[in-house]
Amino acid sequence: MITRRTAILGLPPTILVAASTRAQAALTGMAYATNEKDNTISVIDLAQMKTVKTVPTGQRPRGFDLTSDGKRLLVCLGDSNRIDILDTTSWKVVGSIDTPDPEYAALRQPGNNPLYVSNENNALVTVWDIDTQKMLVQMPTGVEPEGMAVSPDGQIIANTTETTSMAQFFSYGTGKNVANVLVPPRPRWAAFTHDGSEVWVSSELGGTVTVIDAKTFKVLDTIHFVIEGLRSTFIQPVGINITRDDKRAFVCLGPANRVAVVDVPERKVLSYVATTKKVFNATVQKYLLVGQRPWHAGFTPDEKYLLTANGLSNDVSVIDVTDLRVINTVPVGQQPWMVLVSPS
Amino acid sequence: MTQALVTENCSTQFRMPGRRVVLSAFAAAVGTGLALPAFGQPAPTSPAQSTPTPTLTIGYVHWQHSVETISYIFTPAPDNGRAGAEVGITDNNTTGRFLNQNFALATLDVPTNSDPVAALNTLIAKGIRLIITDRPAADVLKLADAGAPHGVTMFNAGAAEDALREENCRGNVIHTAPSYNMLTDALAQYLIWKRWSRWFLAYGMQPNDLLLANACRRSAKIFGAHLVADRQYKGKAGSRETDTGLVELQEQLPVFSQNAPNYDVLVCADENSVFAGYMPYRTWDARPVAGSAGLIPTSWDPNSLEFGGRQMQDRFVAYAHRFMTALDMNAWVAVRMIGTAASYAQSLEPDKIMAYMRGPDFQLGAYRGLSLSIRDWNGQVRQAILLSDSGRTVVSMSPQPGFLHQVTVLDTLGTDKPETKCKLSMAGKG
Repeated sequence: MITRRTAILGLPPTILVAASTRAQAALTGMAYATNEKDNTISVIDLAQMKTVKTVPTGQRPRGFDLTSDGKRLLVCLGDSNRIDILDTTSWKVVGSIDTPDPEYAALRQPGNNPLYVSNENNALVTVWDIDTQKMLVQMPTGVEPEGMAVSPDGQIIANTTETTSMAQFFSYGTGKNVANVLVPPRPRWAAFTHDGSEVWVSSELGGTVTVIDAKTFKVLDTIHFVIEGLRSTFIQPVGINITRDDKRAFVCLGPANRVAVVDVPERKVLSYVATTKKVFNATVQKYLLVGQRPWHAGFTPDEKYLLTANGLSNDVSVIDVTDLRVINTVPVGQQPWMVLVSPS
Repeated sequence: MTQALVTENCSTQFRMPGRRVVLSAFAAAVGTGLALPAFGQPAPTSPAQSTPTPTLTIGYVHWQHSVETISYIFTPAPDNGRAGAEVGITDNNTTGRFLNQNFALATLDVPTNSDPVAALNTLIAKGIRLIITDRPAADVLKLADAGAPHGVTMFNAGAAEDALREENCRGNVIHTAPSYNMLTDALAQYLIWKRWSRWFLAYGMQPNDLLLANACRRSAKIFGAHLVADRQYKGKAGSRETDTGLVELQEQLPVFSQNAPNYDVLVCADENSVFAGYMPYRTWDARPVAGSAGLIPTSWDPNSLEFGGRQMQDRFVAYAHRFMTALDMNAWVAVRMIGTAASYAQSLEPDKIMAYMRGPDFQLGAYRGLSLSIRDWNGQVRQAILLSDSGRTVVSMSPQPGFLHQVTVLDTLGTDKPETKCKLSMAGKG
């Protein structure tokens, strides 16, 4: 698989390893990226900074989550209409949940159960007991539910509906819809601050992040992104990652090929980190631009690095969170959608 | 389940078996078919359900006609356009169930030679004020003028004539269909980006062919292309279904295009499927074809999967059991514009919906990257235009990189504010 992939990309992983020796020492562990187009998961060894395994999956893997011990990976297979539970050592499928067009799934923590799923084409959020693989409840949503987040106390589920531009909130206990907040067009992602006070919602077409009070569901602020020399229409916020201390948020800006760094208490953009990087390709003897269209990102457990899944250039950028620069780029499969680093 | 419900509540009552239906049949049917449920969706969990949900019914004066196409697989389905509006209604209701808003569609199929104003009056009598149509340009004007005293806003989903947006503009029409100028500007930008600037323009004999040809000439001038040949195709359609038709075409079309100065691309203006579809692979010189065949500018293509388009295509195919056309998209856009404005305005009153829709904050995501909004000077919906390889793949999307505009790059497509001939103020119209 690796041979085939590098042949397509013309990017032998070995060429890309050289970038930073300092970072290699600090980085360890495994990261996983779902490749929407070639139906695989890339397993990245961060110590080696390369894809060491390519796991075939069902069709159209997009959103996924990991159990807190990192031993199980739950991947949404949109076109196979199921979620597979994979063992991250043997890479065998150890369980499956049949559910139509899942786009994103998140485990309730602590406890790794239940599992919340956005069923994109069915306008539903479904909740599953992953031990019995039975559905507990389903909640109707607006058109194309996608982003989902569970409040730190586990009581509120936030969902974004792409086509009908709502951030929707549901009570965990009753499954009842408790609030609907209209936001700028095409909301893609929701993230709670770790203190549970705010929900941040990205609007891909609106080019904004809306900050919503997690108790009153009132809009507190709207964050805009302005990048000199770049058309505003290329600025399409998607993934949001907030640091555990609630000081910084990293917002993937899609076709802007950048990640915005936002001061969370001030709700101000501090800087933009370009995910793109020129990498010399020995096969074609040319510099190629990698790191294009980051959609979703994942921190390393120490939050010293942030990895972005770059859907257009088929790679994962590794950003040094202290220096705010890309230190490495790892080729993965076709059209990576999401990347997470194993917590263990 | 979705399909079954819609058939019971809408299709069979408005569309009688067979293709030719008289208007009087509809008048009786309208009354029973208006209150559609939020079809296909599970019951909402919102507490507002104890009282009946307020419903806004959107009208659709649907042109029932058969269209000859050169490519058999592109023969329009009888529900072309209507299915797009119906999926839009479902999408509106998926949101509306959380906002205590319900939407329904009342479609009246009107055959070519029937009076569309009679259908309009039927809808007006039912209290319907927001009405979509895909009738030809002359009928759009008739409907707009007949509806104006009743506060009707028409949504033009079909007619591309620029005059409808310019010298004949009406304050109570919103054009979700792109105009000829928008389509040819979108094509011109791409051809210029390709540096294919020497065009051979071939146009047909019908009035709308002449309009489209003029739009091509205008776009060429604006974006710096040169018409090195400008020829009318005077052959007639009709021989193509006979057993020797292909042989004749193979001989006739090279002759039509021979002795041309050196050109980069053959641009066809053929609104009535007479010749353009035959041009690829039959030109005298080996040249690509664009315009009405080959590389086609369009508001939608069933292969468009970017910007979340995959979800739209999946949803449409699941509902209609066929692919989504540009007319389906234009009708879907009209219904979703109404639904979106109703969400943000928090009202089902047509006046409040239209006020929000025409306001500065309105935008609609429609799977083409940049969001859609209304040009306040003539009611045209600004939108990106896809360039389709005759329905097989999406080649590109305009506006192209490098074509700049002081307000929005979408206004590099079509007639811009400083050039408009539309004299009507939008405010207070309709």
